Amino acid sequence: MKEQLQKDFDNTIKNLNLSQKDIEIKKFFLDNFLNKGFPDRKEEDWKFSDINQIIKKNIGELSFFNDYTSTNKVDTSVFVDGLEHNKIVFINGRIEKIDFDYEKKEQIEIIDQSETINKFDNNNSLSDLNNALTNKSFKIVIKKGYQLLKPLIIYHTTNSKIWSKNINLRLDFELQEDSCLRLIDLFNDTSEKNFLNIFYNFNLKENAILKNYKVDKLENKNIKYSFNNIEQNKNTISETFILSSGSNFFKSEINCNLKGEHSSAFVNGIFSLNNNKHHEIRTIINHLTENTKSFQLIKSVLENSSKAVYQGKIFVNSDAQKTDGYQLSKAILLNKESEFNAKPELEIYADDVKCSHGSASGSLNEDSIFYLMSRGLNYNQARELLINGFLLDVVEKITDSEIRNLIKNMIGIKE
Amino acid sequence: MENRQKEIEKLKDYKYGFSTDIENIKAPKGLNEDVIKFISNVKKEPQWMLEFRLKAYERFKQLKEPDWQKPKYPNIDYQDLYYYSAPKSMDKKPKSLDELDPKLLETYKKLGIPLQEQARLNGIAVDAVFDSVSVATTFREELIKQGIIFCPISEAIQNHPELVKKYLGSVIPLTDHFFATLNSAVFTDGSFVYIPEGVRCPMELSTYFRINASNTGQFERTLIIADKGSYVSYLEGCTAPMRDENQLHAANVELVALDDAEIKYSTVQNWYPGDKDGKGGIYNFVTKRGLCKGKNSKISWTQVETGSAITWKYPSCILRGDNSVGEFYSIAITNNHQKADTGTKMIHLGKNTKSKIISKGISAGFSDMTYRGLVDISSKASNSNNYTQCDSLLMGNKCGAHTVPYIKNKNSDSNIAHEATTSKISEEQLHYCQQRGLSAEEAVGLIVNGFCKEVLQQLPMEFAVEAQKLVGISLEGSVG
Repeated sequence: MKEQLQKDFDNTIKNLNLSQKDIEIKKFFLDNFLNKGFPDRKEEDWKFSDINQIIKKNIGELSFFNDYTSTNKVDTSVFVDGLEHNKIVFINGRIEKIDFDYEKKEQIEIIDQSETINKFDNNNSLSDLNNALTNKSFKIVIKKGYQLLKPLIIYHTTNSKIWSKNINLRLDFELQEDSCLRLIDLFNDTSEKNFLNIFYNFNLKENAILKNYKVDKLENKNIKYSFNNIEQNKNTISETFILSSGSNFFKSEINCNLKGEHSSAFVNGIFSLNNNKHHEIRTIINHLTENTKSFQLIKSVLENSSKAVYQGKIFVNSDAQKTDGYQLSKAILLNKESEFNAKPELEIYADDVKCSHGSASGSLNEDSIFYLMSRGLNYNQARELLINGFLLDVVEKITDSEIRNLIKNMIGIKE
Repeated sequence: MENRQKEIEKLKDYKYGFSTDIENIKAPKGLNEDVIKFISNVKKEPQWMLEFRLKAYERFKQLKEPDWQKPKYPNIDYQDLYYYSAPKSMDKKPKSLDELDPKLLETYKKLGIPLQEQARLNGIAVDAVFDSVSVATTFREELIKQGIIFCPISEAIQNHPELVKKYLGSVIPLTDHFFATLNSAVFTDGSFVYIPEGVRCPMELSTYFRINASNTGQFERTLIIADKGSYVSYLEGCTAPMRDENQLHAANVELVALDDAEIKYSTVQNWYPGDKDGKGGIYNFVTKRGLCKGKNSKISWTQVETGSAITWKYPSCILRGDNSVGEFYSIAITNNHQKADTGTKMIHLGKNTKSKIISKGISAGFSDMTYRGLVDISSKASNSNNYTQCDSLLMGNKCGAHTVPYIKNKNSDSNIAHEATTSKISEEQLHYCQQRGLSAEEAVGLIVNGFCKEVLQQLPMEFAVEAQKLVGISLEGSVG
């Protein structure tokens, strides 16, 4: 892999037209990655999902060079109907379209910052890989006091032109004071066996509100890793919803730093898996100051030898008195071969806090099935109804009604 | 109330902190094959036992000291320790208590463990371990009548080799991990219990561990075998003198429960915790593991952990037999600069297995406490159940309380439920108690005892009283 990576890196750099200094920085990250390689189960954070093995098994040899000189045709049929929205379209990792047609132009600034590399403070070698190989990186600034009229949908589309490729994406968002952004990530893959490595950074200034919905619904054989870093200042709110279902492997990480008083973070997630899929959500909520709140709810329905992992950590600094931190994960295992692993972790250094976590996993409740069948439903209907209700709980947590309905339609949940 | 106050006053400092001035025989300092041969030789062990030790030592040399635990400690120089220390008077095994060195008798009397049978402790048989040797075992005759073997493990190696050979290392294999393997190489003494088929042990069996010599590591080994349909309740207590240096205690405890057998293992651990500034104290790195080998067997661990500078242990149950049950009840209290990383592992292998974990952690002062546990339901363990509850109580914002559970469910017929909370003593509760005339300290004591009640109830009567007092003392000075 090393030679391939080095070669692909040189090719990528050639196409990029970077300053000598930036090339040095990229080389530094490449060397870091070459030293560490893909994370494996020896690393605590990857204990349940050995991505090194997973890539080897599912993809084999990866190639890291992507030719972004020619444009791809944007297929408008993938766009969401019935909801007016702004768009960013990635096709095979190349940004094809940025369109904020519904918004006031002067309130949104898009900065091409390919040449300034922003470092992520996590020891994960995938961030090194991302730093070394991303070729275009934008920063989107929502100006002070501006609240986007329509949601922004980011389409992550891949098609059969790529195979065994590694794609690295990076986006940076700054939400200035009193601004608001609703963001949907929609994954749309018709490609197979690629590894997507996506890093987002959000900086929320005072009173800003971020709502991020990640939807990975369509069946595909890709492997994905996504990392969201969210910095929260005073009175900010972040809401993250993850529907983890379509890809062969998907690990979503959310790292939330609650730095300002009265900031709060919500993370809700659904795993709906079948056919040997393996998904993970890992959250780290850092309560760094007084009067902050976090709430997490993760529900899983697992079929046919699928595997879901939830690692959630609540960290409370010794200054962070009056913290509320809650975490709940529930899983229904429908098949003998399915597996649910959880590591709900609390690390607490302040005494005036209320923190709790709960985790439960098991089969469908036979009594409930019996009850429904006694009222005339057949087994499958009863099962469907119970699963529906189980998952609806999470979807109901979505605070934006438009998007809630959109997601309900997508997963076919009925009320 | 006044009496309680007096009692607390009396026990304010670590009352077991005295040391006994007694002449010792020690192995040469350091760890090498010669020292192991020395230990084996002193114990007059058969060849197979020496081979067992040497095999463990070979393995030990290849192992790396683990470093994933939360409480970090300065490097231990394993060549700077004595691996064997015994009172000289124990050189020739005394035949009865009358021959026992009066200094030893005095020591145990001071610890509140009378060895003379006339001062019988409500029908508890005691095996007293002093540094590296077992000095006395009481009530042996009475137990033998029922076929129960209760003796130091060094005697069992000589008198019951077939049992020891069969079970030693069967739960904690030689190659297990750094400290367990070290123990297998150099263990000195400990208790051996065998309960024959169908016998319900008529009294509580107990071991009292005492570290006395300085610069010594204590490596004891306990093996308890409950044959088909038998029952035993076993207690363990520990203390050590106050010394400025840290001392290592790395014990192995193995439990084997055959068909329909039940073992109840209770620990009140009160090793010297170090002084207020965190100087000195015992490193308590213990491997405890129980195997529910037979059908319908049950193993239950209860622990009250108040001592030690660092406690690092996970009493575990391997539920191999169908319908077997594992339980873990724990109170861990850390104060001043103490650190604890403790919890349990419940490994479900058999069908219809059940486990329950109740863990209560209290941290005060500058201490740090971690609950770390694993619940693993394998794909074959259909219809199994686990319930876990771990609650932490924090006193002050200089201490930490952490929960790190690992939950693995590979079986759709099985249920796992896990709950954890962290909080402090609420103002309302305190107010309510104080309004009724209790001082702040008393109120905290009362609330903490209530918090721990579920676990304290699991302890045998005599221990429960002791433990309850200990809980109060350990938190002394942490309020207000």
